[in-house]
Amino acid sequence: MTPNTPTKISIRDLNFYYGKFLALKNINLDIEENKVTAFIGPSGCGKSTLLRTLNRMYQLYPGQRAEGQILMDGSNVLDPKQDLNMLRAKVGMVFQKPTPFPMSIFDNIAFGVKLYESLGRREMEERVEWALRKAALWEEVKDKLQQSGNSLSGGQQQRLCIARGIAVKPEVVLLDEPCSALDPISTAHIEELINELKSEYTIVIVTHNMQQAARVSDYTAYMYLGDLIEFGDTDNIFTTPTQKATEDYITGKFG
Amino acid sequence: MPKLSSNGLLKRGVLLDLIFHNVTRLFAFLVFALLAGIIISLIIGSMPAIRAFGFSFLFSAEWNPVTEKFGALVPIVGTLATSFIALLIAIPVSFGIALFLTELSPAWLRRPLGTAIELLAGIPSIIYGMWGLFVFAPIFAETVQPWLKQSLGATTLLAPLFDGAPMGIGMLSAGIILSIMVIPFIASVMRDVFEVVPPMLKESAYGVGATTWEVVWNVVLPYTKAGVIGSIMLGLGRALGETMAVTFVIGNAHKLSTSLFMPGNSIASALANEFTEADGELYTSSLIELGLILFFITFVVLALSKLLLLQLGKHEGKTT
Amino acid sequence: MSSLYARRRMTNTLNLAASYLTMAFGLFWLSWILITLLKYGLGGINLAMFTQMTPPPGSAGGLLNAIAGSLMMALAGTLIGTPVGILAGIYLAEYGNRGWLAPITRFINDILLSAPSIVIGLFVYEVVVANSRHFSGWAGSLALALIVIPVVVRTTENMLRLVPDTMREAAAALGAPQTKVIMQVTLRASKAGVITGILLAVARISGETAPLLFTALNNQFWSLDMNQPLANLPVVIFQFAMSPYDDWHNLAWAGALLITASVLGLNILARTLFHQKNSQF
Repeated sequence: MTPNTPTKISIRDLNFYYGKFLALKNINLDIEENKVTAFIGPSGCGKSTLLRTLNRMYQLYPGQRAEGQILMDGSNVLDPKQDLNMLRAKVGMVFQKPTPFPMSIFDNIAFGVKLYESLGRREMEERVEWALRKAALWEEVKDKLQQSGNSLSGGQQQRLCIARGIAVKPEVVLLDEPCSALDPISTAHIEELINELKSEYTIVIVTHNMQQAARVSDYTAYMYLGDLIEFGDTDNIFTTPTQKATEDYITGKFG
Repeated sequence: MPKLSSNGLLKRGVLLDLIFHNVTRLFAFLVFALLAGIIISLIIGSMPAIRAFGFSFLFSAEWNPVTEKFGALVPIVGTLATSFIALLIAIPVSFGIALFLTELSPAWLRRPLGTAIELLAGIPSIIYGMWGLFVFAPIFAETVQPWLKQSLGATTLLAPLFDGAPMGIGMLSAGIILSIMVIPFIASVMRDVFEVVPPMLKESAYGVGATTWEVVWNVVLPYTKAGVIGSIMLGLGRALGETMAVTFVIGNAHKLSTSLFMPGNSIASALANEFTEADGELYTSSLIELGLILFFITFVVLALSKLLLLQLGKHEGKTT
Repeated sequence: MSSLYARRRMTNTLNLAASYLTMAFGLFWLSWILITLLKYGLGGINLAMFTQMTPPPGSAGGLLNAIAGSLMMALAGTLIGTPVGILAGIYLAEYGNRGWLAPITRFINDILLSAPSIVIGLFVYEVVVANSRHFSGWAGSLALALIVIPVVVRTTENMLRLVPDTMREAAAALGAPQTKVIMQVTLRASKAGVITGILLAVARISGETAPLLFTALNNQFWSLDMNQPLANLPVVIFQFAMSPYDDWHNLAWAGALLITASVLGLNILARTLFHQKNSQF
């Protein structure tokens, strides 16, 4: 890890349970600010589970619970006193399948902003344009902002979801396999986007596509069956992994 | 960082959530309270009759507003008998229709025919009643009833069932009209559950050389048995409580007889015909007790079917 | 071997033929009933039906007061029952994963859904009419509302459940409180389905006679007073059809045709609405 770069999120001794089943075992991990960190591993390794602890999305479902600490800017995210909605305003999330809300493109972006800020009409329009530009979608939709979000193609919808997440100006953006439902060209667009966004946001991405992790991320965590096997610089992980298990996964011996 | 125009905005969100959660919970509870209210008010209304007749109410065939002696036997028998006749006809017919719609019908016919059956379900029951009385009954009296009398009625075993003059109204007519009413309900649910059978399952049966009938009888039906039973229970519930379709043709007679041709009474038709005219506390209260009995019967049927479905679901690991 | 096969084929052919017959059987009754309705009812559909009141026995007239009363009670019943049904349905779909209230409410709702409507009428009689000592349009509306509620609860819950969880999560991920997630996203996404449910409930109560027999009763004259017995189509039809007068029979058939047309129309409307908007998921 490069010294002097601040840590945005510090995960300490995290254990996660689905009912009685221990899905994440004693995870310790630091996520650096303004960098892209990738979680990789075979199906069922817990990477999505880990991602979803960062904004306590699991809390929507009874029977799922986390123990340990996740420190963000000094305060523990897992503290029961932590305000959930507040947390999620700071930590944005984009999902596997694009999920445009049943409203116009404009309203989709404005939805999150309206929750916490009261902007005038002019300011809202500026914010929407800003978010859509950042997501590289503005040129394609600027003439049809009042149309339904569903009228866009898959790749555009996903960029809409990214714009929606960015519009509220979070500090951290979580991406849960954002390209798995997209074709290669849209995927390339999104990867470019991630590269641009990292200068302003801390990004954590879960991907089952190793090559994507190699292309896009600065740090990579390899997980297997709930354990964090190895974590470090992306270049090191992919060229000189220290664990045999990591090497086996990366070279495709199983997966 | 979002401009938090107020910490108050957040607190308001939490408060709103609390209020909303409890408001919806209140209304869900209201549904619960409604059922309790129905049962309680029916019991209270029946009290005078319960006190006067006790359990013998269920077994007495007497119904005399003048001497104020009432008994539920005739309406109960009528309700059960007409429903039984209705299901006897409706179950095989609905099964046939569901089979047709899922396996035999050409694709372009499927939607319109399915819609036609569902529309049949939507026709208000009073229409069935009127049609039954003015159109069906006369024709029934002139053609089918005499035929039944001469064929099945000639056998010594079944003769009592077809005793009496063919008037077109009576238990059998009510049962038949009820069956026509109930067929669309059972058929559409059966069709819905037949449709979700995985094609691969059927294909594996066809793959070993089974005929269409064999696939349906041996694969589709067992797979969907929970839904099929559910549909039958639904139809039964409907048949037991149906008022208008039965009232027009059942004849409103408080007499017990073995013949299907004779008029009788069902609980619902007795209520429909007599409640507004009933005077005297005992008369009214006896009618209310009839309503309570009917509610109890349908409640038991529905509860049993839910339990049965739960059991089946447990065995198979899925519920329909 | 081949005789076994022949037997199997015969069974198959017979049973499949029987299936064709049952379909024809069903269609036969449907057509007969509809044709009867048209034959006897169409003649009675004229301007008089919509402009004159229900007549005394032995004379001709119209159904205006009955139509007005039915419309009023259907409207009132829907307005009362729909919010209750939607809110309870929201509870079952969105908060119903934990605790005891949800499974029990679902069970009870199913029972109410299939409860004989005449018993509902009896209940409202006991609670409202017996206490206020007179029949009224409000009592009738209440009985209809009690029939609307279980239908709307069931359809609202089912439609909300169809909305994928990722959409709820996406809204929650932006920091929206649960109320906003439900009202502004989930409910909006299932709007078409919920409205369909309401339309189906309206179709159902339009044709119901039994619950009105002891609540709204009937009124021979023109009245818009919901506090008094109110004329309505189903009870008028019942009274007229069971009578010995030809004039009354004609009106009964005309009224029956009117009700059937409205009910079928509402059903078709609900169906087309639902199929149109349902392509989302």
